[in-house]
Amino acid sequence: MFRGFIPLVVAVSLIAAACGSDSSGDSSPPATLATTSSSSPTTSLTPEETTTTTETVDDGFPVSIDAPNGEVIIESRPESVVSLSPTSTEVLFALGAGDQVVAVDSMSNFPGNAPVTDLSAFTPSVEAIASYEPDLVFLSFDPGDIVAGLEAIGIPVIFHGTAFTVDDAYSQWEQVGAATGHIAESAALVAETTADIESAFASLSEGSEAFTYYYELDPTFYSVTSVTFIGQLLAPSGMTNIADGSDPEGFGYPQLTAEYIIDSDPSLVFLADTKCCGASAETVADRPGWDTLTAVMGGSVVELDDDIASRWGPRIADLVEDVVVSILELELVNA
Amino acid sequence: MNAGRPSATRLHWWWVGGAAFALFAAVVAGVMVGPISIAPIDVIGSMASRLPFIDVDTGLTERSEAILWEIRMPRVVLAVLVGSMLSAAGASYQGVFRNPLADPYLLGAGAGAGLGATIAIAYGSSTVGWIIDPLPLAAFVGALGGVALAYVLGYTVRSGRTSVTLILAGVAVAAFLTALQTFLQQRESDTLREVYGWILGSLNTAGWDEVLLVTPYVLVCLVAVLVGRRLLDVLSVGDTEAGTLGIRPGRIRLIFVIFATLGTAAVVAVSGLIGFVGIIVPHTVRLATSASYRVVVPLSILLGGAFLVVADIIARVAVTPAEIPIGVVTAIIGAPFFAVVLRTSKGVVS
Repeated sequence: MFRGFIPLVVAVSLIAAACGSDSSGDSSPPATLATTSSSSPTTSLTPEETTTTTETVDDGFPVSIDAPNGEVIIESRPESVVSLSPTSTEVLFALGAGDQVVAVDSMSNFPGNAPVTDLSAFTPSVEAIASYEPDLVFLSFDPGDIVAGLEAIGIPVIFHGTAFTVDDAYSQWEQVGAATGHIAESAALVAETTADIESAFASLSEGSEAFTYYYELDPTFYSVTSVTFIGQLLAPSGMTNIADGSDPEGFGYPQLTAEYIIDSDPSLVFLADTKCCGASAETVADRPGWDTLTAVMGGSVVELDDDIASRWGPRIADLVEDVVVSILELELVNA
Repeated sequence: MNAGRPSATRLHWWWVGGAAFALFAAVVAGVMVGPISIAPIDVIGSMASRLPFIDVDTGLTERSEAILWEIRMPRVVLAVLVGSMLSAAGASYQGVFRNPLADPYLLGAGAGAGLGATIAIAYGSSTVGWIIDPLPLAAFVGALGGVALAYVLGYTVRSGRTSVTLILAGVAVAAFLTALQTFLQQRESDTLREVYGWILGSLNTAGWDEVLLVTPYVLVCLVAVLVGRRLLDVLSVGDTEAGTLGIRPGRIRLIFVIFATLGTAAVVAVSGLIGFVGIIVPHTVRLATSASYRVVVPLSILLGGAFLVVADIIARVAVTPAEIPIGVVTAIIGAPFFAVVLRTSKGVVS
């Protein structure tokens, strides 16, 4: 579903890179360009698009965003943005577009100054959204015809569903930047996040490739395989995910059994169910039979922040850092 | 509609023997089979070495021992308890309501437990560190509360206090509680997956703690239903006729509902809503043997345990090493199996 918009996002990021260099002389955006475009086989920097951007001032409005829900044209810099996606909310504020946001959904708990409302990200209502008179809406979940409903009443809406790869996430951030007049900032954010993640993984030795990990989504042992966003985010560590091979349909989120987890004896256990379900190193150690796990005995049960782990916002760099630190600690113990 | 005129009422020893053997075989298979293969000889050795004066060197690692004793054993035992209880409760409900479709969740026990569990999941994360895990407690209280509500509603009806008004009250209460549960689940949508997983039922986090928690309830309730099972046969002739035989149908019904509900609430609290067991096990017994509750209740207890152990084996190994919800298994293997029983039986139900 993201195939169609990647080329344009690449184009936007190229432009963003160019703008960034012109205005600030910052050298990091071109680095981004290399990262993002390397994943995409096609480049669509057409002369037409370049012209549009250079001719207009004020961050290039009107802009055309090739969103997953189709082409979205935004006439001028939006000043009343509604975000029904905790990820989009985090991205908007990270880009400095926070003051353009008038309302966010009830689960957008980060950053703390986001204008949280009763709006539901899971059961959104067109009328409730419209009551904020938004000039741009971000959605990550459309249970029915919310996108169509908003479009019908003339409200521009960008649908950014769950990112499947890190590049998907970056592409979304760049679209958020382009749609709100923060193109340079979005390029910088992508560059910074890419650099943070790369440098975190660079600190690992090859020894980490011998490690295995179990990533827990909830206390009934739902996990993620390497095909998921999290799986791909952690892939550069070289660790083996014990959930791989348990998911013949490639769904990505298999429910494992305690037997299998204990028998696999993962080197590291990552808990992405600390906030939702109160999982902790202690509760894991208390589970029947789990006290025999190497990770439990060696203190390699890592408590992650569920919110960061279930979103694809800029804080994924923090998540990677937490994971890398725990791997380094384990290497130190084993050394 | 009713469960038939009590015909061959004798509980033949070979029926009991056969059902007990089925339960034994299922338990043995449940302990032997799992996503992790442990050689049957090692399983026997490990069990033997737990007996006094016997020391067998099985060569099992500490981890395999933990899998066997901390994961697999409690799970099998819990499956027996849950399956037996749900089947006995189903048979009881079918008897006291003279309704072949009655199941342990008839009077709102399932919906109440679902609401309780959803409340605990939605608002329970602040209870980390509590001595009691709020989820089973909330499910237990919810199940009892749902049935109590249905009973009060059904018995305050001005006219025609029959088992039918009670069932209708149960339907109303269940619909209401389910609506509340759905509403809550939508409000706290981040709990969706956890609630959904609980409703489908699972034994995958079961340990000895859960077994200890439900054993007293299940034993008391099973004994009560077993002892009183002859009364179910009396009730099957109808309230008026039963009254002429010197019993009070309303009171008997209440007592059975109390025990069936208490046991159901206890097992639901640790296993979630495992559906279908309470309907197909008693009916299969009925079709294969006799419609008399003197036969149906004890055989349902034995075969219900066996059935759920087998269902749990399938849940564990069908998509190894992943797991499928046991409620899905009971329906997927239960429904076709039941259809076959229905077709090949001599039709003592109707």
